[in-house]
Amino acid sequence: MKVTLNVDLHHLPRVEGHGNVIVRVDRGSVVDARWEVVETPRYFEVMLKGKHFRTAALLVSRICGICSIGHTLASVRATERAFGVEPPPLAAKLRLLAKHGETIQSHALHLFFLAAPDFLDLPSVLPLVEACPDVVALAARLKGVGNRLCDVVAGRTTHPVSIQVGGMAVRPARADLDRLRHELVSVLPDLESAVQLFRGFKLPEFERETEFVALKGEGSYPWIGGRLISTDGVEKDEDEYRAMTNEYVVEHGTSKWCRLSRDSFAVGALARFNNNFRFLRPEAKKVAAALGLAPIDHNPYRNDLAQLVELVHCVHEALLSIDEIQAAPSDAELRAPVVPRAGSGVGAVEVPRGILYHRYTYDSEGYVVSADCVIPTTQNNKNIHNDVVALVHSLAKRGVSDREAERLCAMLVRAYDPCISCSVH
Amino acid sequence: MKYLRIEPRRPKVGIFDFTSCEGCELQLVNHEESLADFLACVEIVNFREASAARDDTYDIALVEGSISRADEVERLKSIRAKAKTLVAFGSCACFGGVNRLKNACDLVAANREVYGAHPKETLPVRAVKEIVPVDLEIPGCPVNKPEVERIVQHLMMDLPFQLPVYPVCVECKQRFTTCLYERGELCLGAISRAGCDAPCPAGGLGCWGCRGPALDANVEAFRSMVRERGFSQRELDERMSFFGGFEVRS
Repeated sequence: MKVTLNVDLHHLPRVEGHGNVIVRVDRGSVVDARWEVVETPRYFEVMLKGKHFRTAALLVSRICGICSIGHTLASVRATERAFGVEPPPLAAKLRLLAKHGETIQSHALHLFFLAAPDFLDLPSVLPLVEACPDVVALAARLKGVGNRLCDVVAGRTTHPVSIQVGGMAVRPARADLDRLRHELVSVLPDLESAVQLFRGFKLPEFERETEFVALKGEGSYPWIGGRLISTDGVEKDEDEYRAMTNEYVVEHGTSKWCRLSRDSFAVGALARFNNNFRFLRPEAKKVAAALGLAPIDHNPYRNDLAQLVELVHCVHEALLSIDEIQAAPSDAELRAPVVPRAGSGVGAVEVPRGILYHRYTYDSEGYVVSADCVIPTTQNNKNIHNDVVALVHSLAKRGVSDREAERLCAMLVRAYDPCISCSVH
Repeated sequence: MKYLRIEPRRPKVGIFDFTSCEGCELQLVNHEESLADFLACVEIVNFREASAARDDTYDIALVEGSISRADEVERLKSIRAKAKTLVAFGSCACFGGVNRLKNACDLVAANREVYGAHPKETLPVRAVKEIVPVDLEIPGCPVNKPEVERIVQHLMMDLPFQLPVYPVCVECKQRFTTCLYERGELCLGAISRAGCDAPCPAGGLGCWGCRGPALDANVEAFRSMVRERGFSQRELDERMSFFGGFEVRS
């Protein structure tokens, strides 16, 4: 049987930003298979030049509407490291709690609103509002608790306000954190329902051996700062992120591509899981076992399951984190003094879609001389492309309908939870 | 079902994104406590970020983002041709937003710096109203979902809606936030349009004016007040140009 396939997914739906999947298979041979990023470029690195260090974090937050807390955290960390400032311990705890809030809201958004409709053969979550209100209510509760964590700790869920260079601007009210703790406990049964729901979904069988890059866990599952590792055995310092990403411009498409030991690598929930499994909370490890997920997993579709494992991990971590914050003395310091100085700093943060780097060089008055932001989806784009190519080759051998090929390609790209406008910042 | 003898409408809504972070459309699926009710009030027929279904018959087009490439100009015009009501959704759509900062740069040099030997097509950033007529502007970076809900209620009942014309200071007072000037921080609240419920000052950040100027804002008096308090011209200018709202007047 000679397979012929034609897929033209222009502006792929249910992903953040604009990208196309194009597939042409002519009588069994693959003529074209590609992942193409067509998002409009925004030139954030150029806009940052000449801006004050307090403006930088607010500006880069606008790179992404979903992971704006992650961008803010990477930005303030880069600036603090450039100035030699260490945020006080309570501020570091609050930042991590906000980070967990973002991971919870982003993973819940992706799992239920973007990915789940594929398994239910629906165009979106909207038909479920009437057909399966329980599932939508569950998704809304999980996403909602993440958003409220961000609201209470960072002042707002999208484009946070309280995370500032030096530490945090305000400490959340005790009563608000108590309420959040109660709400987190109340969603624990929802997490179990979510695991049951995803256990019932049949994920496509597809594997391509991949190098996975993440922050290195040192005693705990890593989120903010630290050394960089890969499953191929590469290890580097946070400051050497450029040697870890090797970003380069391609002629077609507005996002750059990256490579490390191989032609491409992957970052994100599955990459963190594969590198740092042993640091997950026991509750999260149990869920991984129930989902049949174990390191090192090379099926990119299973990034969805890794996100679910992380969702469980983050809810439990957030509970512990709230207790620690409530126990801190009422006069505990929130902000370290900030004195600008000339120099450079790097901030690496694990945001929902993978490891994010910001690097700024400042003049002696604290104005940006140069900036560099390397985005998780930028690091993933070549790997997504390589996966699409490999998938299409297997489909060309196997033989499927155009509709099925389109579904599998769309699901593959979607599994990476790409943040395309982010990648074309 | 009639309410007060009025038949509420359930408008068909399309949601479209241009050069932006897509954070405003994300707000549509936030505010989870009222999400089911919100989705019952509008029929979302086109929402690429959340749905694979694409229907081009819509009453209201919510347009997020600024316009920065020729294909975006064409896509915007075709949306305008189909929509009865076109809403500029968020500060990027209303003023160009932070993307507008790009216009102060040399675009050829910017392209060379970011893309080296493979420059990408780009135009100076424009707000939606600089290209097509806009029926309603909802500013904010991001938009405030409770305000969006109020606007939808008005549209359903065919009632006119007016954005607040008073400044952010009013909302700070309503929530008992200590004035940021008391903490020695610069704040644009006195000249910026309210409607956000002032989350930034409450979170310890002075207002950056993402919703543009309040009605009849006395910018000159404000500038001299800020100078008297010891803030530099450079700091004030950086802030007032940040979202483009004080540059692009309605």
